[in-house]
Amino acid sequence: MATPTLSTPSGVLRERRSRSRFATASIAFLAILRRDITVTGREFIAFLVQVLLQPLFFLFIFGKVLPSIGYAQRGFAAVLLPGIVGLTIVTTALQGVTLPLVLDLGFAREIDDRLLAPLPVNLVAVEKVLFAAMRGLIAGAIIFPLAYWILGNEYSVRTDAIGTIIGIMVLTAFAGACLGLTIGTLVKPEQIGLMFSLIFTPLLFTGCTYYPWGTLDSIKWFQIITLFNPLTYACEGLRSAMVPAVQGHSLPTLAMGWVLLGLAVTIVVFFIFGVRTFHRRVVN
Amino acid sequence: MSEQTNLPAAIDVQHLVKRYPKANTNAVDDISFTVKQGEIFGLLGPNGAGKTTTIGVLTTGIRPTSGSAHIMGINVVANPMSVKQRIAVVPQQSNLDRSLRAREILTFHASYHGIPRAERNARADALLQELGLGDRGKDVVMRYSGGMAQRLMLARALMHSPDVLFLDEPTNSLDPQSRLFLWDRIRSLNEQGVTILLTTHDMDEADQLCQRIAIMDHGKILVLDTSDELKKLIPGGTRLELRVRIHELVTLGKTSEGAQTKDHLLETLRSLPGAIKVEEVPGEAGEESQQGITLFRLYAEDAGSLIVQATQAVSASDAELRDLHLARPSLEDVFIYLTGRNLR
Repeated sequence: MATPTLSTPSGVLRERRSRSRFATASIAFLAILRRDITVTGREFIAFLVQVLLQPLFFLFIFGKVLPSIGYAQRGFAAVLLPGIVGLTIVTTALQGVTLPLVLDLGFAREIDDRLLAPLPVNLVAVEKVLFAAMRGLIAGAIIFPLAYWILGNEYSVRTDAIGTIIGIMVLTAFAGACLGLTIGTLVKPEQIGLMFSLIFTPLLFTGCTYYPWGTLDSIKWFQIITLFNPLTYACEGLRSAMVPAVQGHSLPTLAMGWVLLGLAVTIVVFFIFGVRTFHRRVVN
Repeated sequence: MSEQTNLPAAIDVQHLVKRYPKANTNAVDDISFTVKQGEIFGLLGPNGAGKTTTIGVLTTGIRPTSGSAHIMGINVVANPMSVKQRIAVVPQQSNLDRSLRAREILTFHASYHGIPRAERNARADALLQELGLGDRGKDVVMRYSGGMAQRLMLARALMHSPDVLFLDEPTNSLDPQSRLFLWDRIRSLNEQGVTILLTTHDMDEADQLCQRIAIMDHGKILVLDTSDELKKLIPGGTRLELRVRIHELVTLGKTSEGAQTKDHLLETLRSLPGAIKVEEVPGEAGEESQQGITLFRLYAEDAGSLIVQATQAVSASDAELRDLHLARPSLEDVFIYLTGRNLR
């Protein structure tokens, strides 16, 4: 029953193992990324339905139906759209890390094979963040043509700040993914239901998605609460770069400096914390 | 093989201790052992003995509390990346990537390990064929049976040509046919020079496959030797088991009579010529339902020749013989002898 196919010539093995640590880890990292791209690519339509259906309805009801029947101001769609883009990016990126991680670290252990790949285990977490951010960005980008289609002549987005829009979208995607990494490493599988109501719901409604931050002046305590939600900085940043000026007045938003600081702090804090807890979960 | 003496040990474990946070006892409690390159080494012990934790440390997934572990001369704590290039693991429960098809599981595993596309494709096909999964490569693994999943995990482990292969309870949930198939594979791999460490609570498996066996219990290695040497630990070499029903008088205050009978019988059995060790096994698992049944184990050079005398001793003690069993030494007996308990 000897099987010549099973043994690799020792020279080939030696050569493979003599690669630098950097080269070995990079190859493994890219292969793991390719695995995620393959899997998501295969179910791309399901992925789109999953992440786009909710924003689509939000845009339709709040941006089209309510203004049309007089329950919301004309022009609300322009203020709403950046919020929907921010929300979609954050939730898509966040869930792209959180759900698979909770299940994998909990019982499925499908991640084991990647943890046993020749790269530092922390890079497995980094790959998850990177890939989830990519998913978030794709979902966020697709909102624009969808909105153009749904909102019709209510669609209005500044075209002179595309660079800023893209920059904030990227930061938003990474903020969502890092947040997702932290949540995914802390939550146990049996707490998934609780997680949705305890984390996602407040995130959804306190993130200045449906209202500009500046208009909260009259409810000071709530205005302060929103500052603890990373989504606030994402939505306000996008609003500042997307909403066109009306009659020479641009929409008052959170200053760009605060937006960048808020997103940067979110990324750094939750990335460091998330990678640490990830490491603790996988190397006991 | 002229450099025999310079070869690093495949596995070297020195004074390894692992205590999990919040636990009061050590899961692995100061164990040391060395596995030579090309050896099949077995960790035998009941569930909870510390076998899986030991594998966890050796495969970089568990950080030791103290002590050291080296694979092919590389420290597992200091340089896990290099260790991971040289090892492969087949775990107890399936951890197959269910988002991928069977063949992709192999090719992606190989690409994680930096194996070029042409080589990994050829290797995946060869291994699927080899492990009897040749026509199932396109399947999603959700539909795989336990035995197929096990074989696919073995194929995956072999994709990157590991020096040391870890098998955690490899045949635990397999049907007899799959078990024999896997044993065959393990032997043939070993013939190709792969060092294998396997854990099992199946003494037959350890006996059949392993060149050396460490018996573990409560985180410690009780003994470590070849199967034959381990069996020599049993005094006498044969064992007679007597299940005896002792009539207990139910009258209050008089239950001690049963105990007296027991003691008396134990004494009589011990006095039989050639009996090296006789023990009474208290509260043996599965016997609770049979009230009043006591199990005696008699070890002797030739326990078979004592059957008649032992039977007479039982009836003389006014007890009733329910079952009589003559056992050849097995690894299970070694375990029973060392711990007083059954493996399962």
